[in-house]
Amino acid sequence: MAHRKIREYDAKQLIQNYISQNHNFPLSGKGILVTPQTNLPSLPQQHPWLLTTPLVIKPDQLFGKRGKLGLIGTNLNYQQVQEFISNHNTEITIGNATGKLTHFLIEPYIKHKTEYYLAISSNSRDGNNLYFSYNGGIDIEENWTSVATLFLATGTPLETEKVKEFLQMRENVAQKIITEKEKTKIITFIQTMYTLFLELDFTYLEFNPFTFNEQEEIIILDTVAQVDDCASFKHPLEWKNLTFPKAFGQTSFPEEQYIEHLNKESGASLKLTLLNPRGRIWNILSGGGASIIYLDTIADLGKQQEIANYGEYSGNPTTEESYQYAKTILDLMTRTPHPQGKILIIGGAIANFTDVEKTFRGIINALREYQEKLRLGKISIFVRRGGPNYERALQLIEQAGKEMNIPMIIKSPDSPMIEIVGKAMERLQ
Amino acid sequence: MNFTRNTTAIFYNLKALPIQQMLDFDYMCNRTPSVVAIIHPGRSGFHKAFFGQQEICIPLYQSLTDATHNHPKAEVLINFASYRSAFSSSKQALASPSLKTIVIVAEGIPEQQTKQLIALAKQDPQHPKLLIGPSTVGGIAAGSFRIAGYAGGKIENVLRAKLYQPGSIGLVSKSGGMMNELFNMISRTTDGIKEGIAIGGDLYPGSTLLDHLLRFQADPDISMLVTLGELGGTQEYDIIDAKNAGKITKPLVMWVPGTCASLFPWEIQFGHAGAKAGKTQESAKAKNQALRDAGIIVPENFQKLENILQQTFKKIVDTEKKDTGKNMHNTDISKKTTATPKPVPLDYIDALNAGIIRKPTNFTTTISSDIGEEPTYNQFPISQLIEQNSSIGDIIALLWFKKPLSTPITKFIELAIIICADHGPAVSGAHNAIVTARAGKDIISSLCAGLLTIGPRFGGAIDDAARYFKQAKDTNTPAEQFVEQMKQQNILIPGIGHRIKSKRNPDKRVELLKQYAKIHFASTHYLNYALNVEKITLEKAENLILNVDGCIAVCFLDAITSSNQFTPEEISQIISIGYLNALFALSRSIGFIGHILDQKRLNAELYRHPTDDILYLLDEKEKK
Repeated sequence: MAHRKIREYDAKQLIQNYISQNHNFPLSGKGILVTPQTNLPSLPQQHPWLLTTPLVIKPDQLFGKRGKLGLIGTNLNYQQVQEFISNHNTEITIGNATGKLTHFLIEPYIKHKTEYYLAISSNSRDGNNLYFSYNGGIDIEENWTSVATLFLATGTPLETEKVKEFLQMRENVAQKIITEKEKTKIITFIQTMYTLFLELDFTYLEFNPFTFNEQEEIIILDTVAQVDDCASFKHPLEWKNLTFPKAFGQTSFPEEQYIEHLNKESGASLKLTLLNPRGRIWNILSGGGASIIYLDTIADLGKQQEIANYGEYSGNPTTEESYQYAKTILDLMTRTPHPQGKILIIGGAIANFTDVEKTFRGIINALREYQEKLRLGKISIFVRRGGPNYERALQLIEQAGKEMNIPMIIKSPDSPMIEIVGKAMERLQ
Repeated sequence: MNFTRNTTAIFYNLKALPIQQMLDFDYMCNRTPSVVAIIHPGRSGFHKAFFGQQEICIPLYQSLTDATHNHPKAEVLINFASYRSAFSSSKQALASPSLKTIVIVAEGIPEQQTKQLIALAKQDPQHPKLLIGPSTVGGIAAGSFRIAGYAGGKIENVLRAKLYQPGSIGLVSKSGGMMNELFNMISRTTDGIKEGIAIGGDLYPGSTLLDHLLRFQADPDISMLVTLGELGGTQEYDIIDAKNAGKITKPLVMWVPGTCASLFPWEIQFGHAGAKAGKTQESAKAKNQALRDAGIIVPENFQKLENILQQTFKKIVDTEKKDTGKNMHNTDISKKTTATPKPVPLDYIDALNAGIIRKPTNFTTTISSDIGEEPTYNQFPISQLIEQNSSIGDIIALLWFKKPLSTPITKFIELAIIICADHGPAVSGAHNAIVTARAGKDIISSLCAGLLTIGPRFGGAIDDAARYFKQAKDTNTPAEQFVEQMKQQNILIPGIGHRIKSKRNPDKRVELLKQYAKIHFASTHYLNYALNVEKITLEKAENLILNVDGCIAVCFLDAITSSNQFTPEEISQIISIGYLNALFALSRSIGFIGHILDQKRLNAELYRHPTDDILYLLDEKEKK
């Protein structure tokens, strides 16, 4: 699909494994991911250091600014860590997302004086950008002038000389001048991280901060990472345990996971995101571009709070896949009827090569299966689609609508793509 | 790089549909075929495709080097390799001097790989190459060249949007699925498309919206630019920079979908990989506003796009009329010379589905089907037969007799199969199978050698026995008279007589068959009749007993006549077309295969018959 945020714990594991296999580079780090399944009292049996080392604890759920939010516990003993977890095991609101804290990362507490900032980002089409600052920490955004930027065009190696210059760029504003020995270590660190970034298909990697411990080894304290999930076929082993959790506050529904699974198995594209399961506008849309335009149009007409789902199918799915996809949506939308009924939009542009008849046969099979619930739930259906064999597809769905006695408005490619949205919104009143 | 009526392409991977759609477009536009070669590792020879009603052969090559060597004029590679392998083949294509444009269709290529391809494409600043995609449906240069065969959809849609003749609009879109919608909209509101490109939904496409806008700006035949962007990424800001720098002067109508995204509590990953706005600047709302501020024509929303296209185009036409008094861009729809598209013949399957044509069939079947979800044996899905524990006899009933038969009959069929399965290696059929196997022939040839031996003198007696006994019994011929008649005609009664077995040394198999028939069949008229015949023949010789063949024949007659499942006509047909011979062939195949496998296991050497076992009866003069 695209850039995916991963847990700090997973990012650090990827880095640790990579370094232990490919580089002779000291980078110590221990960490434990606490999940709702973790048995906290028995954890020290496996990890005795929990009882002998001062600890840090923080939520590991893809959101940042944890320090500013007061969600990091530092220099705690294991008893205090358990208390921290039980105190924070509640619903909180960050920005406009509300959710429960469920995953925490426990690490040894590292006494440190300096905080450095390093980020690598695939934020350019022509290469990657590296960002470094001697003044890392929670205020880095406010102190952006202290950050040096190095653009590396695709294919350019990161030579030692180049890193040296990079480190000199903002040396003048450094809070603390570092020793040559430390500098050498940082140079190797940056080079290693860049190689790793490319080889493991990260798209964003940020250490804010990293520091030196008392043994003068580099320690990564906080990490934010994203990977390119298209590259998963390149890393069957390295990424074996990697998961892609949902954004904080975004509830993950089993139906979404089911469609994600279907998408993985299929040569076609099948996507589903539930936005508001109580919404009255449900969508079975085709095409990455057209599906967005449908949602835009609903929102333009002021009904965004009623949009129940986003999704799209494309790339010529089979009848069976189309059936499973439609069925999943119909099942969700008919669970709790609304006294004024609901709207189902089966929309799309004029397909290039998706066989409209084939996909519609799947959708119609699902409609027939749910016809009773659709009638009970006073559901009106609005259809618009074009492309290969659309004439037959529209005939079939019209006939099915009549047989099932479900109100249906059907438009051919002769009418504008989003005309049915207006008609659907009228019905919603 | 411009696409002209002379542009030709090489396909990577044999994709019959897009190849055909490109050729149909070529035919429609009255140009020569644009697909000249196909690279398909592991295959060679030719791919047949239609050009109009004629079939043409497009050569297949194992490697890109072979293809480009033989087709140095082809400048476009349409890469249909999968997301796993598209990188290596595209990289190779970028290094090939004759290929100028690489179109990558695969969706899901890792970002770092795409970025490497982008860097390679501009490695030689003097001769930069054009990458389109990944994740693209291609595009169309109206009247000239169809890029990758998908954009534009089916030929009816190409016709509807008048893509067979060039207009003066340059279109570039992130979305491929919206291309046909835009083609139609543009054909309704302007003089039509000159060129339309879908760049693909990835965050970092091989060529950007701006790359194509700059190509269109440089094309003197293009009067107006149309762009459909998307939320996510910063490509649209590059367009603004170009506009501000005076690099884009032609009127540009543009819309960025995804305005709804900010209304949701978290970032949505939309269908396209690039369609996610991380920062406010990347949101559709911000982009549309910034574009508007830069003097680009942006409608209020997508619904208003068609209107604004019409107005903008009208303004261009009016201005040109006023400024020069003549039509510079050939943009006046009414005065524009229109090309006549050559009608593309309908594909047989499409015409059939549309109910326009019909065709008599050459074959008829009444016993089974492989159409539909699961193969059926006479309307019974195979899974159902397995679930209800059907036996081989039940399957023979469905496929041979075309109906389920009662257990007494199916069980009898199985009995017959068991009894006839083998008769040792010495009988002529088994012997021939063995000799053939020992000559090193395969299983099927050896089996056929055995089966071909079955006939009137070997194994064919069952059928004949059934015919004679049925005829005699049905005409109420007394047994004595039947035996007498046969003697007069000098015919040995089929099913009577055995080499070893006799009245005092009865055949156990026959005893079991008789017993089975007496217990399970409603009547045994034919068996009784045959036994009457046997009584008479036994008076003539000890060994003229009712043998296994004869017993199977008459019991089979009793089974089907007493079951009430067949009409007399059906029974006559069963006997006359050779069901019993078929039963023997089926059963004995088991034995033949056993002997063949046995010989192969033993690695038995070639058999040569000893000459001392042959009487060489030759003419005297041939002797030395």
